[in-house]
Amino acid sequence: MKVLMFGWEFPPHILGGLGTASYGLVKAMAGKPDMNITFVIPKPHGDEDQSFLKIIGASYVPVVWKENDWNYVNERIGWIMNPDEYFWLRNGIKYDFRRIYTNDLGCIEFSGRYPENLLEEISNYEAVASVLAHQLSFDVIHSHDWLTYPAGIFAKQISGKPLVVHVHATEFDRSRGNVNPIVYDIEKRGMDAANHIITVSNLTRNIVIEKYFQDPKKVTTVHNAVEPLPDVDSYVKTPRRDKIVTFLGRITMQKGPEYFVEAAERVLKKNKKVRFVMAGNGDMMLDMINLAAKRRITDRFHFTGFLKGRQVYQMLADSDVYIMPSVSEPFGISPLEAMQVGTPTIISKQSGCSEILTHSIKIDYWDIDGMADAVNAIIRNPAMYKSLHELGREEVNNIRWEDAGEKVIKIYNSLLGK
Amino acid sequence: MKNLCFYFEIHQPMRLKRYRFFDIEQDHYYYDDFQNEERIRLLAEQSFLPANRTLLEIIQNSNGKFRCAFSFSGVVLEQLEQYAPEVIDSFDELSKTGCVEFLAETYAHSLSSVYDLHEFEQQVALQTEKITSLFGKKPTVFRNSELIYSDEIGEKIYNMGYKTILIDEVSHVLGWKSPNFVYSHPTLPKLKLLVRNFKLSDDIAFHFSDHSWSDFPLTADKFISWIKNMPEDQPVVNIWLGYEALGLFQRPESGIFEFLKAIPFFALQNNIGFLTPSEIAKKIEAVDMLSSPEPISWSGIEKDISLWNGNDLQQEALNKLYAVGERVRLCSDRPLRHDWLMLQSSDHFRYMSHKDAFGTYYESPYDAFMNYMNILADFLLRVDEQYPTTIDNEELNALLNTIYELEKEVESLENELKKLRSRKKTES
Repeated sequence: MKVLMFGWEFPPHILGGLGTASYGLVKAMAGKPDMNITFVIPKPHGDEDQSFLKIIGASYVPVVWKENDWNYVNERIGWIMNPDEYFWLRNGIKYDFRRIYTNDLGCIEFSGRYPENLLEEISNYEAVASVLAHQLSFDVIHSHDWLTYPAGIFAKQISGKPLVVHVHATEFDRSRGNVNPIVYDIEKRGMDAANHIITVSNLTRNIVIEKYFQDPKKVTTVHNAVEPLPDVDSYVKTPRRDKIVTFLGRITMQKGPEYFVEAAERVLKKNKKVRFVMAGNGDMMLDMINLAAKRRITDRFHFTGFLKGRQVYQMLADSDVYIMPSVSEPFGISPLEAMQVGTPTIISKQSGCSEILTHSIKIDYWDIDGMADAVNAIIRNPAMYKSLHELGREEVNNIRWEDAGEKVIKIYNSLLGK
Repeated sequence: MKNLCFYFEIHQPMRLKRYRFFDIEQDHYYYDDFQNEERIRLLAEQSFLPANRTLLEIIQNSNGKFRCAFSFSGVVLEQLEQYAPEVIDSFDELSKTGCVEFLAETYAHSLSSVYDLHEFEQQVALQTEKITSLFGKKPTVFRNSELIYSDEIGEKIYNMGYKTILIDEVSHVLGWKSPNFVYSHPTLPKLKLLVRNFKLSDDIAFHFSDHSWSDFPLTADKFISWIKNMPEDQPVVNIWLGYEALGLFQRPESGIFEFLKAIPFFALQNNIGFLTPSEIAKKIEAVDMLSSPEPISWSGIEKDISLWNGNDLQQEALNKLYAVGERVRLCSDRPLRHDWLMLQSSDHFRYMSHKDAFGTYYESPYDAFMNYMNILADFLLRVDEQYPTTIDNEELNALLNTIYELEKEVESLENELKKLRSRKKTES
């Protein structure tokens, strides 16, 4: 089975959870028999792992016919794409896209990030999809998140192949209710056009059904998983006098950082031997520093700024408790990462991952008393820490992408009438 | 002649309220009165009262041939007295027929038989006292909370004066033996063990209204015919279940009460009688002995006690609780003694089980643990206030002994003084 997949990010150059999740999924799927995946992203860097799938960079697909000789093309993009492939794809140009700004090769230069002109990039991505849809052969189209829905729809219209859209998040999660109508429109059109919709949690599934008016029969939940950590044993908890309680993620409205600060104040009222760490960056960081100061806990409340790579896991491993108080989290991979290094977690019930985790404390994001109580229970009761530490790790090691991949393949098969 | 022995367990723990760690040292009331009242009213109205009415009718219609037994924890009796006193009256009415027996157990439905034998003894005394005061009959047969039993516990119970104990049908204890006989303790031949017929009991308690069950629908006719078709020499079939199975688990519309009403008719027709546990012990001799070195219970697949103490959370909670047993028993503070009992109900620990937290009202085992441990923390502080844990138990005992002896001495000196004074009076 050949799958044409549209994504926006791919490791190692990732900006959020979308890249990690789509990578884990396709890697697992590629391991199954008779699976041939072509993964399109706006702008590859050339250091992506292509051992199990083929990556096509939209930035190197011609959408406007330009006459170039082989050697010139080789000189320009030979480092990432075979010139023969360029010329072959060029034959797929069936429409006039000269209204779009292109470079000397007739290619669009994507940023591959989330720039100001994101909407323009999304529609340009559509143009690339048309060329690929004409030229490649495939059985199913799979679009990851709203940025790639228009591309998926266009590819479906051209090829007549079934379209699967994968909802990693909705506008309702990102905006805490303040929905951008343009984004909503793109999402809704993608879901309407899809033959099947995959959501990362039942929470998201309900939003898709209720807020986007989709037929429940065509919406299936496939929970995310987590890649095993190869160097898991290298993260060792540094012994400290004080207990460490951590928030790690973007400091934005969606993640509910203010509830973490409020819970910290309540814990510190009773127990001074705790330190709270807010790791990450975001538009609410200054507000949080102000709030911590207002609550007079800054002597025990620390900000680390943005962490990456090993630092993330080291921070998690050094923590006694990890809290994710997200107001709305379609899935939320970070608690699973914390559990991998054996850190007890407290997660909000408004998160998708709470649907599949048992060895984690679940509270409503607004329940700061409950959150403080749970923190206290974990740091005061060795039995509580030990249970969450051991059983949590065991649990997360059994959440595998292979199972998620199998579910997705099952959906493909049903669409293809197999 | 074959016999049927019906026995019903009645127990409800005091449910604990949401107790945050901020409440420690601030609030010493631990119970969710609203939830407890609601639960007890529900049980009374849907199960206990209609079931009692049915049993009374059966006893009267069978001219007292139908007989059965009940066990109550003190914890549930307290709640019934408070929220549904008419249930106590209704049991009293049943008791007056003379066809009903009440069994001894622990007051708190606790695990004290495993963790604290002194406590165990006291709780059994407390419970039998309560039963005697309510129904005027002193229990003579013992059933432990959750039917927990081991050779050691059996010996302890025997030393407390009970000659009959109820245990569950556990395959690794019985082996090929049938539960339908009377057995005895391996070293105490006078201690009789009655064994629950696990399959037939569960058929009524859990399968009765299960449409997917192969034997559905279960009629009295069918049920009695199973018993009739058992080998002739098996003298007794023990049908023991939680009382709430009648009316609550098995709804009245499932026909459970009609089923019960029809049982004596078909039984007596087939020459099957009814006995209470003490009557069995009196009439039927033990055929063999049963040995259980490890504690067994009537719950879970393993039928051990791991549903209450199988994981780290449960062990932590139990160890912390029972570590202060001796101290609490020294206290005379009544509210403290009462809380001590209420906190011991096995249910609180069951709710912390990762395997099967039957009957839980918590969101997760962790939630149950956190709440319980907050309450326990407050409780332990109260115990500490009376008898600081900084002094170890032996030292404390020594001190208390000294006080006790001093008191005695003061008393004897006072007596002497009195004597001398009176002598002086008579002399003068």
